[in-house]
Amino acid sequence: MIAYLGRRASHSILSVIGLLTLVFFLTRLTGDPSALYLPLDSTAEARADFARLNGLDQPIYWQFLEYLRDLLQLDFGQSLRQNRSAIEVALEAFPETLKLAVVAITLSTASAILVGSLAAARPGSVFDRIASLVSLAGASAPDFWVAIVGILVFAVGLELLPTSGTGGWAHWIMPTFVLMLRPFGLLVQVVRGTMLSALASPYIKTARAKGLSRQKIIFGHALRNSLLPVVTVAGDLATSLINGAVVVESIFGWPGIGKLMIDSIIQRDFAVVQSTILVTATAIFILNIAIDLLYAVLDPRIRY
Amino acid sequence: MTIITPDTKPAAVPGSSRVLLAYLKRDKLALAAAIFLAIVVLAAILGPWLVGDVASRLGLRQRNLAPFSLESGWIYVLGADTLGRPILARLIVGAQNTLGIAAAAVFASMLVGGTLGLIAGYSERWYSHLILRLADIVMSFPSLLLALIVLYTLGPSITNLVIVLAVTRMPIYLRTARAEVLELRERMFVSAARAMGATPARIIIRHIAPLVLPTLVTISAIDFATVILSESALSFLGLGIQPPDFTWGAMVANGRGYLATAWWIAFWPGLAIMLTTLSLNILSNWARTVADPQQRWRLQKLRKAAR
Amino acid sequence: MSNASNPILKVAGLTVDFLSDVEPVRAVDDVSFHVSRGETLVILGESGSGKSVSTSTVMDLIDCPPGDIVAGSCFFDGVELSGLDAETRRSINGRRIAMIFQDPLAYLNPVYTVGRQIGEVYESHGAGSGKEARAKAIELLRRVGIPEPENRVDFYPHQFSGGQRQRVMIAMAIALKPDILIADEPTTALDVSVQAQILDLLRDLQRETGMALIMITHDLEVAASMADRIIVMNGGKVVETGIAEEVFSNPQHAYTRRLISALPHGDAAETPNRRSTKIAGETLLKVEHLTKDYVLASGAFAGKRTFKAVDDVSFEVRRGETLGIVGESGSGKSSVARMLLGLNEPSSGRAVFAGENIFEMNAKRLMAFRRKVQMVFQDPYGSMNPRMRVYSIISEPWVIHRDIVPKNKWKERVAELLELVGLLPEHADRYPHQFSGGQRQRIAIARALASEPELIICDEAVSALDVSIQAQVIDLLADLRTRLGLSYVFITHDLPIVRHFADRIMVMKNGKIVEQGQTSALFAAPRHEYTQSLLQAVPKPKWL
Repeated sequence: MIAYLGRRASHSILSVIGLLTLVFFLTRLTGDPSALYLPLDSTAEARADFARLNGLDQPIYWQFLEYLRDLLQLDFGQSLRQNRSAIEVALEAFPETLKLAVVAITLSTASAILVGSLAAARPGSVFDRIASLVSLAGASAPDFWVAIVGILVFAVGLELLPTSGTGGWAHWIMPTFVLMLRPFGLLVQVVRGTMLSALASPYIKTARAKGLSRQKIIFGHALRNSLLPVVTVAGDLATSLINGAVVVESIFGWPGIGKLMIDSIIQRDFAVVQSTILVTATAIFILNIAIDLLYAVLDPRIRY
Repeated sequence: MTIITPDTKPAAVPGSSRVLLAYLKRDKLALAAAIFLAIVVLAAILGPWLVGDVASRLGLRQRNLAPFSLESGWIYVLGADTLGRPILARLIVGAQNTLGIAAAAVFASMLVGGTLGLIAGYSERWYSHLILRLADIVMSFPSLLLALIVLYTLGPSITNLVIVLAVTRMPIYLRTARAEVLELRERMFVSAARAMGATPARIIIRHIAPLVLPTLVTISAIDFATVILSESALSFLGLGIQPPDFTWGAMVANGRGYLATAWWIAFWPGLAIMLTTLSLNILSNWARTVADPQQRWRLQKLRKAAR
Repeated sequence: MSNASNPILKVAGLTVDFLSDVEPVRAVDDVSFHVSRGETLVILGESGSGKSVSTSTVMDLIDCPPGDIVAGSCFFDGVELSGLDAETRRSINGRRIAMIFQDPLAYLNPVYTVGRQIGEVYESHGAGSGKEARAKAIELLRRVGIPEPENRVDFYPHQFSGGQRQRVMIAMAIALKPDILIADEPTTALDVSVQAQILDLLRDLQRETGMALIMITHDLEVAASMADRIIVMNGGKVVETGIAEEVFSNPQHAYTRRLISALPHGDAAETPNRRSTKIAGETLLKVEHLTKDYVLASGAFAGKRTFKAVDDVSFEVRRGETLGIVGESGSGKSSVARMLLGLNEPSSGRAVFAGENIFEMNAKRLMAFRRKVQMVFQDPYGSMNPRMRVYSIISEPWVIHRDIVPKNKWKERVAELLELVGLLPEHADRYPHQFSGGQRQRIAIARALASEPELIICDEAVSALDVSIQAQVIDLLADLRTRLGLSYVFITHDLPIVRHFADRIMVMKNGKIVEQGQTSALFAAPRHEYTQSLLQAVPKPKWL
C-alpha cells in the first residue's frame, strides 16, 4: 500500500515536472510581456529595466533554472498583473472552481446512477427510451450554446436568474446545470451499459436461482458490480472540471481557475499560469489516489 | 479418412451490409440520425459549390431578417445575420470546415495514438514507458489550456487547430489500443505466430492491429462528436478558426452579441452542432448494440413459431 | 430406490425456441422427464444438445425474448409452474428447487463475501437474517467441507480454489434443504481428483436430505457414476431414456451407441490401439534439468519469494514416438510446452533438439528450429486469428519461412493439407468461426503440418472437444504420425485419454515429474501414489 502510494507519487511528480517544463517554454513563446505592461511609447531603456526587474533579460534556459530553484524554495513568483504572489492568486481562484465542480459532479453522478439503473432494469421501455435520448442530448450539447441560450431565456427573457457573477444561490443554478449536462449524459450511458451487461452475467443467474427479489438483484447485485466503470468515468469527468470549466466560467463570469488561466495567458502573466497548473495538477493527483482507493473499496479483488 | 462436412446453414454474419441495414431500419431513431448525418455530409461536400456565393452575398435589405419568412426566398428561411447573409446558406457552407477539421483531427489522433498504443502495448522497452508518461502528461494537461497556448503561440490556423485537437484526443486512442494489445498478445494465435517464428512487426501488423482497429473506429465515432464540440468551443472563444473562414462554433460566437435583438444568429448554428453530435452519439449507441451479442436481439425481428 | 410412482417434478412436452432474425432456433423439442425424491436423473448430452435449456426453463432463468416457450408443462409437486404469479414463482427458487452451475467463479458475485451470499438465501426466504444467517452459513460451510469456516465465511469468492468455490455454491444451494437440486455440469472445470470429491459430496448430501438430484453433464463417466436414471439428448431431442445401467450396457439409439464407443476410458480390448508402430532408436529431443522460477514478490526487506513452476524436469523423445505429459492444473505441464516452443525463457536447464541446445541458438538457428517444431493448442477458438481466412492461416508459415513452398504452389499445397486433415479444399476461403470445434482443431493441425515439422507439441489439444470428436482428432493424429513419421509431445490433464495413444507417459505434479514409464506398464502397475489416485479418480459406474 505504502509502496503503491510512493510509486504513484513519483509518477505524478514526474508528470507535473514535465507539465511545468512544457508550460514554461510554451508560454514564453507567446511573446514578451513588457509589450503589454508598459505604455506603447515607453523607451527602450524602460523596457530593459522592466525585463531586468522581472528576470526576462536572461536567456530562457537560465530563466528556467532560476524558476526551478525558486520552486524548491517554495517561491512561485510574482503576478505581473496583480503585483502579489502568484500562488496566492491561484489558490484564491481554485476553491471557486472546486465548489462548482464538486456540486456538479456529485449531482450528476447521483442522478445518473438513478436514471441509468432504472433504464437498464426495463430495457426498451418508454422510460428507457426517454432516458437514452435525454442523456445522449446532454452528452451532445455544446455547453457554450446551452449557456447563452439559457441566459437568453432565463435571464434576459424571463428575468428569473442573474446573467453572471457570484452571489446568492440563484447565481449557482445556470452554471451548475450547464456543467452537469455532459457528465450526466455520459454517466447515464455508462451506468445503463454496464448494468445491462451485469444483468446478463452468470452471478445474476445465481441470484435468480436463489429466489432473490427483483430489487435485490438490480440494486444489490447488478448495480454494485457496475460501480467500478462509473467511478472511472466520473473520475475522468471530475478531472476535466477541476482543470477549470473555461467556457462556463468565462460566460457566467465565475472567478474560477479556468477563467484565471485564460486571462493570465492573454496577459502573459507567466508566474500565475505556472501556479494554476501546479495547483490543479496537485488536486488531480489527490483525486486519482482517492479514485484508486475507492476501487479497492468497491472491488475486493483489487489490492495494492 | 472421414471427410467432415461443414456446417450446412450459413449463419447470418452480423457484419454483412444487408443485415446491418435491416437493423438500422428497425431502430427509427438511429435511422433518422443516419439520414441527418448523410444530409450534413452531403452539405459539407457540395455546400460551397451549391450555395457558396449566396452565403457570402451581403444583403442590406435582409439585415437581421427574422426566421420563418419566405419573402426573400427559401434560403432565408432561418433568417439572416447582421450583414444580411442568409443563415441557412452559411450553415451549409460552414459544415465543410466544421466536419473537415473534426475528421482530420480524429483521423490524425487515431493514426498516431493507435500506432503509439500498439508499440507501447507490445513492447516493454524504455520507449513504451516514455510513451505512457507522455500520454499521462497530455491527459492531466487541461486540454483547452494546451489549445490556448499553442494557438496563441503559433497563431490560429486550420492546420494548428487540427494539430491541437488531435494531440488532446490522442491519449484515448493510445490507452485503448494499449489495453487491447495487452489482452490480445496473450491470445493463443499470437503465441502460435511467435512459435512459428514471426517477427514482432509481423505480429503487430498482421495479427494484432486488425483486431484493435474496430475498437478504435468505434471510439472515433463518439470522439468525432467530442472534437466537433471542442473545435466549436475554441472557435467560440475566438481562438479557433479565423475570418473569413468560419465554422458553426464561430457562427455562434458572432451571434452572441446580438442575442437580445436577433437570437437566431447564434441559435441555429448551435442547434446544428447539437443535432450533428447527437446523431453521431445515437448511431454509435446503435452500433454498440449491434456489436454486442447479448443485446443484438433487441434489433432483430423475432419471429415466433406457430403453435 | 427410484420412486417413479410419485415424481416431485414432471416435465412434459417442453419445447423452447430461441428467437433471432432468421427462423426461430429450436433449442429443446418435445422434451419430457420426471424425477422423484431421493432419485438422481442425469441429462446427458454434448454441447448444443439443449441439455441445459430444459432445466433453465424449470428455474425460470430463460429471458423471454429471445427465449420462447412454445409448448409444454412443468409440474412441481403437483403445481403447474408457468401458471404461478411472479412472487410465488420466486419463492420456489432457492427454497424448494436449487441450482448449481459449471463455473463457480463467474456464478458467484465477486464483490460480496461468501457468507453474505449464503446468508442472502435465508434472508430472501424469511428464514433468518443477520447473526443467525451468518451462524447458519458457517455451519453450512463446515458441512460442505470448507476448512476453518469461521474465518473463511468472510472471504471473497476469488480467495477460494476452484473446488472450494463449487463447495460454496453447493452450500448456498442446500441452505434451505430443497426438494430438488439441479447441477449443471458441476465438475467440468475441475481436476479429476477434485471432481471425485465434489461428486462424493453431492451423493452424501442427497442421502442425508433425500432430495432429488438432476445432473446435467456431457461426461459419460460422471453420468454413469451418479445416475439412477438417464436421458440422452441430441439436437434438442431426447433420443434415449431409461435406467442408467441398461442404457450403458445396452444402448438402443445409434447416437448413444456412438457416444459410448467413443469413450477413451474403456478396456484395452475394446478400443483400437493407436500407439506408434515404428519408433527409431534415435533421440530427437532431450530435455535436461529444465527449471522455471517465477518471482512472486520482491522487496527490500521481504527478500525474493519464488515459485518453481517447473522443477528439474528431464525427459527425452525419440523419433516417431509419442510422449504423453499428464498433470492437473498447476502441475507445470504447459510451462514445459511454452519453453520448448521458445515462448518463455527457462530459468535453467537444457533442451537438445537434433543435437543442439535450443536455449542457446542464435536467431538464424532458432528460425530453422521453429520450422521443425510446431504446436496445436487447447482452445480451437483462440488459437486462430479470427480475421484471417483458412488459406492465410495455413500459409502463414510459408510467409515466415520463405524456402518451404514456392509461392505459386501455395494454393495447391493448402488444398493438399486440408485434405490430409479430412477437410475440403474449398474450406480455404472461409473464416475460422464458420467451423465447428473439431474442424477448427483440424485446421490447427494443418497449420502445424505446413512447415513440415518433425515434432508437434499438443497442449490439451482435444480437451475442449466433445468426446466423440476427441476420438476423431486422436485418430487423425495417430494416422499422420504413421504417414509422416512425426513425433508428438501430448500434454493433457486426462490420463485415460492417452492410454491408447502415447507410447510413454510422464506424470507431473507441482512442477516435478512423479512417474515416467511405458504406457502399458504405467497403467498396469502405477508406482507413485499420485498416479494411482489419478487412475482411481476416474468415476466408477454406480451399479458396480
